[in-house]
Amino acid sequence: MTQYIVRRVLIAIPTMLVISFVVFAILALAPGDPLAQFALNPAIPQEVRQRIRESFGLDKPWPVRYVKWLTNLTRGDWGMSFSTKGPVIDLVWQRIPQTLQVVGIAYLIAVSLAIPIGVISAVKQYSIFDQIATFFSFIGFSVPSFFTGLTLMLVFAINLKWFPIVYSSTLNLNSWSAIVEQLRQMFLPVMVLVVQQTAALTRFMRASMLDNLPLDYVRTARAKGLADRAVVIRHVLVNSLIPVITLIALGVPTIFAGAIITENLFRVNGLGQLLITSINNSDTPVVMALTFIFAFLTVIFNLIADIMYGVLDPRVRYG
Amino acid sequence: MSEANPAVDPQSQLAPSTVVQQLQFGLSSKPRTLIGDAWRRFRRHKLAMIGAFLLLLFVLAVLIGPSIYLLRNPEITDFKAYTEQLDFVTILAGPSVDHPFGTDDLGRDQLARAVYGGRISLLVGFAAMLIAVTLGTVVGASAGFLGGAVDQVLMRITDLFLSLPGLPLIILMVYLFREPVQKVLGQEVGIFVIVVGMIGGLAWMSTARIVRSSFLSLKEKEFVEAANCLGISKTAIMFRHILPNAFSPIIVAATLEIGNAIIAESTLSFLGVGFPPDTPTWGRLVTDGSQFLQAGAHLALFPGALIFLTVLSINFMGDGLRDALDPRSRL
Repeated sequence: MTQYIVRRVLIAIPTMLVISFVVFAILALAPGDPLAQFALNPAIPQEVRQRIRESFGLDKPWPVRYVKWLTNLTRGDWGMSFSTKGPVIDLVWQRIPQTLQVVGIAYLIAVSLAIPIGVISAVKQYSIFDQIATFFSFIGFSVPSFFTGLTLMLVFAINLKWFPIVYSSTLNLNSWSAIVEQLRQMFLPVMVLVVQQTAALTRFMRASMLDNLPLDYVRTARAKGLADRAVVIRHVLVNSLIPVITLIALGVPTIFAGAIITENLFRVNGLGQLLITSINNSDTPVVMALTFIFAFLTVIFNLIADIMYGVLDPRVRYG
Repeated sequence: MSEANPAVDPQSQLAPSTVVQQLQFGLSSKPRTLIGDAWRRFRRHKLAMIGAFLLLLFVLAVLIGPSIYLLRNPEITDFKAYTEQLDFVTILAGPSVDHPFGTDDLGRDQLARAVYGGRISLLVGFAAMLIAVTLGTVVGASAGFLGGAVDQVLMRITDLFLSLPGLPLIILMVYLFREPVQKVLGQEVGIFVIVVGMIGGLAWMSTARIVRSSFLSLKEKEFVEAANCLGISKTAIMFRHILPNAFSPIIVAATLEIGNAIIAESTLSFLGVGFPPDTPTWGRLVTDGSQFLQAGAHLALFPGALIFLTVLSINFMGDGLRDALDPRSRL
């Protein structure tokens, strides 16, 4: 087991390095000067511009800058933002709570909806319930999430006025009414992500159950005279969850990517919104840091999925 | 119809005795083909048939819709100019006979814009799918057929691509490289190439894995051995002999990829890094319309519904194709 985990980690580290190197190279080689806004300003003389360049380390060749960026990163220094002139890490820390709240709650709801729906769909295959669930999951992954968001916004925020349209980032969570307000404004962004994630997970859960239901061990369990419920929950469900749990882990980066869309739609001041504003401001250090975070999430959850697969299913470990 | 009774079929050339024989054994006059079988199974999938019909309708609408419009309104000569024609008397009008999709804040006809933009949206989906499937097939086929070190290297590259943060990276790349590409290829072609290239270039991995596993099992089959004995070249065996046998999962993956690419393009437009504001792709129309949710919700809802119905149709078709071509899989 240890050997299996070590091997997986040893693959993940170079992957991470290669990805960060590629993203750094893309940003460095891309046309367009990150200091273009200074270049256009005639009040800034040439030598000052040169000094700004040096202070950001932009005068050195990019492979040198990459090594410097990487060594600084290991010391917790993510560089300085071009637009706020403050450390990138502070910006990131400011934004993480909002993203985690929305993404975390959405994923919890999605998983706790998808598993029971998938199980019932599979056990009662081709029943009315299954057909309705299938239909809705097709809708779920056919609708672009910004369109779900707009529709929900139109119905619940503009027409019914149940929820606020724009997310307020200045809410101070020190009273009950503020917490209620926070939950109300989180509702729509969370729903958008729930729709998107539940659809896919339900299909996976159903398919995995259907793979297991005709197997011999299920017949054995039934032959022993176990109750239907016990067979389904304790035998089939537990085995069907193995691939689904790894898919849940693999889905974490997708839901963060989904947050880029919802955050920009509902003006949630999270990481996704920061990414788009930084790209539009040519704020290279912030873009680099955020892309790195998204890449890190993908690699780390791939790793977690692999390890969990090995832990839960011994055949994988020795295969 | 293969079930047609050969006895009453005037085209039938069979002698009466053969007909009797066939009827006795319950055989039909025409042999059942692989495609025929698949089509039979596909036709049974109601939602897939509805999807195919809707998709055909949309494709026809964007292809010949403009010509029909020009024929019925001889005073208009250029459809593209019509999509950009301003009319400040009827701004933000709701759906009507003159403007079935209403008009936007500049009085432009939304149906005309949706039809014109639909060409781009559908083409983006199709082109990105072609890139993804071609890349995936070549990588998967080489890895599966050649094996050994080639397989190792190609699969490591595939794993690496799977670890890339998809959406953030596409946003970043399109944002960084759209201007230089536009400079070389022109405004519209440039953005088309970069958007399609990035969406397709980051979507080939699942196809590569599917194709590789098909090739791994197919290359051990007797017909490959036979082809080898005949001295047929490796490339010919790969693409002419094995590939057609691996088509089923590729077709399913390709269908679903069109839908994903259409969603990806509309998302890019929504985030402001896709096509420029004056190009009315469906995603762009939703984005522009979203500013008028209160004044005219139809502006965002109609093109949004077009994206949704197109992708839904494609996904239902993909499901039907999976049932038709690969009856064993159940997802």
